[in-house]
Amino acid sequence: MSVLVVVECADGEVKKSSLEVASYGAQVAAQMGTTATAIAVGEANEANLAKLGEQGITKVLYDAEPRLKDFVNNAYTKLIATAAEQEQAKIIVLANSNIGAAVGSRLSVRLKASLATNVVELPKISGDQFTVKRGAFSGKAFSDVVLSGDRKIIAVKKNSTEAQHDAGKTAEVTSFSAQLSDADFADAPKQVVMQDQAGGVLLPEAERVVSGGRGMKGPENWHLIEDLAKALGAATACSKPVSDVDWRPHHEHVGQTGITVSPNLYIACGISGAIQHLAGVNSSKVIVVINKDPEAPFFKAADYGIVGDVFDVLPKLTAAVKALN
Amino acid sequence: MKFLVCISNVPDTTTKITFTPDNKEFNKAGVQFVINPWDEYALTRAIELKEAAGSGTVTVLNVGEADTEPNIRKALAIGADDAIRVNAAPSDAYFVAEQIAAIAKEGAYDVILMGKESIDYNGFQVHGMVGEMLGIPTVAPAMKLDMSGNTATLEREIEGGKEIVSVNTPFVASCQQPMCEPRIPNMRGIMTARTKPLKVVPAVGEPARTTVAEFALPPKKQGVKLIDAENAGELIKLLRNEAKVI
Repeated sequence: MSVLVVVECADGEVKKSSLEVASYGAQVAAQMGTTATAIAVGEANEANLAKLGEQGITKVLYDAEPRLKDFVNNAYTKLIATAAEQEQAKIIVLANSNIGAAVGSRLSVRLKASLATNVVELPKISGDQFTVKRGAFSGKAFSDVVLSGDRKIIAVKKNSTEAQHDAGKTAEVTSFSAQLSDADFADAPKQVVMQDQAGGVLLPEAERVVSGGRGMKGPENWHLIEDLAKALGAATACSKPVSDVDWRPHHEHVGQTGITVSPNLYIACGISGAIQHLAGVNSSKVIVVINKDPEAPFFKAADYGIVGDVFDVLPKLTAAVKALN
Repeated sequence: MKFLVCISNVPDTTTKITFTPDNKEFNKAGVQFVINPWDEYALTRAIELKEAAGSGTVTVLNVGEADTEPNIRKALAIGADDAIRVNAAPSDAYFVAEQIAAIAKEGAYDVILMGKESIDYNGFQVHGMVGEMLGIPTVAPAMKLDMSGNTATLEREIEGGKEIVSVNTPFVASCQQPMCEPRIPNMRGIMTARTKPLKVVPAVGEPARTTVAEFALPPKKQGVKLIDAENAGELIKLLRNEAKVI
């Protein structure tokens, strides 16, 4: 019996959300008196995998099959299922990412496991009762969910748990093969197109986010948002009306029908704070609101606020950050 | 081409979420229910593809009790041809997936579409479960879907980019923007929807694997600390020294 952690890698690096997942899995293993093994997916580097010891992982399984570099739903599912059987894993932990959710849902059927996604805390284990807390109602609430059965899969929400770092500890990296055949790669992508990310930060993984609303008056003013984001090492985001009129791309839309983020810092510029937008951001640790309307509902959900014109305030903030660094 | 579009009945996006006094159930009192916004992309795209091909059917499927029928009729008014309601509360993703898989198999549907996730449960699970139960590919979340004969080309969103994927029917896809502009019913649609077939069937399969023990609301903020706009740089100092987030 053990805990199996699915670690996503890109360009040789373990993704930040997967460091959180590794740490989460190791803590669940400790709760259960067992050890945590990781299975790596994506383009991995063995030296970086060994460093997962810092998050409490004992052993890392790695299949060097080159076609596993890009996400292939069937192949990834078979790889992880084979590892779960070999390790007799009762608990599988993965990131609540587009990969984690796609694979986790298939695995739950294949391994007859109960599944909870969007999980925000370590489980409560009391005898046979296994309960996890997860986000529901698109960020407007949480629910405690009891997972039944012998096997459980947990998809952990990004930025909701902190990765532990026990410096210097290493994990044993072991080669592993799930004997994948051509048929397992039938749904492989024909092409992978990455966004231009020159110096940019990916919104779903970002620790800091600078977001703009209709108060920015037009896409030509977005350099004000981008300048502050760049100075802070933050990702840029927007409200739904902004992506609806194509001032910004859809993948930047934060809110109930966009993406839900939980960064350490969310700075909202010229966003009034409709309930659908708040749902997407209210698990952010610190919220800053800049709006010229003192009655904007967003101020009620904020930690810090500036009542003022974004066109005056944003350059001042950018200058102040540059002065600090 | 036979399309099966799965829709959920969810609280309107403007709903302020509250729970019953014991926190065991969502408080439905005074809440307006709508078709899950993500599912509207699946529904509209299926209708568009049927229209473009000049043949085929769009069947809408809901797992829910009788109170979901107004929204099933709305889907028929938007342009679905017929509907099936599995008469059971959608207790968890696994249970719902079992119902969809059983109906998809019996009706030999070619394309099974649904929204990325429901805005109430936010599981993002049903698509993969249905694909696995039927042994067919799933593409999730899909931003674009085009059909040419029995082959579909989809754009799948990944963190930081997208993948172009081709699959043959049958397959499952979960849909999101910017796939299409969701349609709203017109008067003629509303009139014809009344007489379109809506079949009610009993649930099948095993019971749910997960149960909600309790709901909770996020903690309230302590109140906003206002900084004078003239002295905006002060905010940056507070973020570093007090909030410690930069």
